[in-house]
Amino acid sequence: MKFNIPIGPQHPALKEPISIRLSVEGEVIRDADLRLGYNHRGVEKLAEEKSYIQNIYLCERICGICSHSHSTCFVQGAEKLLEIEPPRRGVYIRYLVSELERVHSHLLWLGVAGHEAGFDTFFMYTWRDREIVMDLLEMISGNRVHYAINTLGGVRRDIDGPLKQKIFDGLAVLRERSEYYLKIGSSEPTFVARLAGVGRLTKQQAMDLCATGPTAKASGVALDVRKDDPHDFYDEVEFDVVTSDLCDVLGRTVVRIKEVLESYKICEQILRKLPDGPIAVKSPRRAKPGEVVSRYEAPRGENIHYIIANGTEKPERLKVRAPTLGNYAATIEMLRHGFIADVPLIFAAIDPCICCAERSVEMVDARSGEERTYRFSDLRRMANERARTLPLQRNVAWPL
Amino acid sequence: MIERVIRWSRKKSPWILHLNSGACNACDIEIVAALTPRFDLERLGVLLRATPRHADVIIASGPVTRQMKDRIIRIYEQTPDPKFVVAVGACAMSGCVYRGAYNVYGGLDQVIPVNVYIPGCPVRPDAILNGVVNLLNTL
Repeated sequence: MKFNIPIGPQHPALKEPISIRLSVEGEVIRDADLRLGYNHRGVEKLAEEKSYIQNIYLCERICGICSHSHSTCFVQGAEKLLEIEPPRRGVYIRYLVSELERVHSHLLWLGVAGHEAGFDTFFMYTWRDREIVMDLLEMISGNRVHYAINTLGGVRRDIDGPLKQKIFDGLAVLRERSEYYLKIGSSEPTFVARLAGVGRLTKQQAMDLCATGPTAKASGVALDVRKDDPHDFYDEVEFDVVTSDLCDVLGRTVVRIKEVLESYKICEQILRKLPDGPIAVKSPRRAKPGEVVSRYEAPRGENIHYIIANGTEKPERLKVRAPTLGNYAATIEMLRHGFIADVPLIFAAIDPCICCAERSVEMVDARSGEERTYRFSDLRRMANERARTLPLQRNVAWPL
Repeated sequence: MIERVIRWSRKKSPWILHLNSGACNACDIEIVAALTPRFDLERLGVLLRATPRHADVIIASGPVTRQMKDRIIRIYEQTPDPKFVVAVGACAMSGCVYRGAYNVYGGLDQVIPVNVYIPGCPVRPDAILNGVVNLLNTL
């Protein structure tokens, strides 16, 4: 006998509003469905009303965890449209913040994974150590979460000698702690027993369902924009793309811890190689008509921004494809044939960032419990009907 | 006498519900950061609850999205009296950068009554601490 269980949008297992429908037979999940749109704010539409420089700050607020990812992805594209080249020092500082952000995001995820697995000590440990990287980010940029360090044509704040030393010191502590987590993550028997074999996604499935980021890497797909399409400077530093063949939540944990270790390596190389010179160039306000696709390896996977310029100060269109959206199809496959008790763990394992992914225009309205998905044709029909039944308005000022 | 005991007990251990009303996650992670070892709200007796029925204080972040509006009202009604609402961040106060977006009401006070506003984008954990202490002082 099948039952349908709705989870969310406000649910103990979820940190952000999303709704999951599960059809279960006993304890086993037979099918899963995701309902989106609770966090849809209309960022893309809003971006059309703001200038390029304002849009940096808007893009930053697409997501709070990978805020630098979105702003960097946007700035990369916008710089191509505006035909400016940021100076090397600016580029290095920009990607230093990127890598530190990856560290903070992965440490955050590790804590959440520990919490979902019932290992709250691990949660407290990782979040305590995450404060070190938050302090570093605050020293570099002036803010803990929305760094606002990017600007068109470079970055806004420079790094000096004492700060460099502080970052080195912080990274040394973090590396030691991360190695300890790697030991726990791969050898602590209860933790491993809880994570191993949960949420399986084979290599073939990961490729078919277009999984990105650590979700794909844990299934043995070495997919990393930093290596595949080295933007700006990633071909100047040495690092490895971490993969794992475990294909389960344990694999995703190990991949993330190892990726953090790789990030420390990149950060140290950046600081050693940091070139002298200016940190930003002046940028024009208007972009020539054109379009650009910008790719960026966010902590959760590949982030894509598509910008169309129309010759004014504002972009004609901004399209954001966040990595979480790419992982939704894979999540449903992972949930299938799993147990209900594993839902939070599996769902957390893709590191869902719902506010990133809420770009859907097709809305599911859930007023008064009744749920309907409107298709575009339905909406048009409704709108036409509404217009027909409206009383004729006299003396309406023509909006010119 | 009984009233004083009730007030004392309320003051000592406010249980909070974290409600994301369409925020960008930044305030949410700062709320969690406020509960973890560096800032440790829990030493003041604050405990994060998962369900509105156990909670005394709703800590909400984010501009209210159209899809979440009904849910927020429902969650507010499910919370037992006396209840307090803390609006965390510039979005929950006024909508921040999303002000004017078609799917956003702009501010939590458009939907439910709010007791304390904590400004910041995102709010620092120390500010959340300060906000909670201020709320407790009004009891």
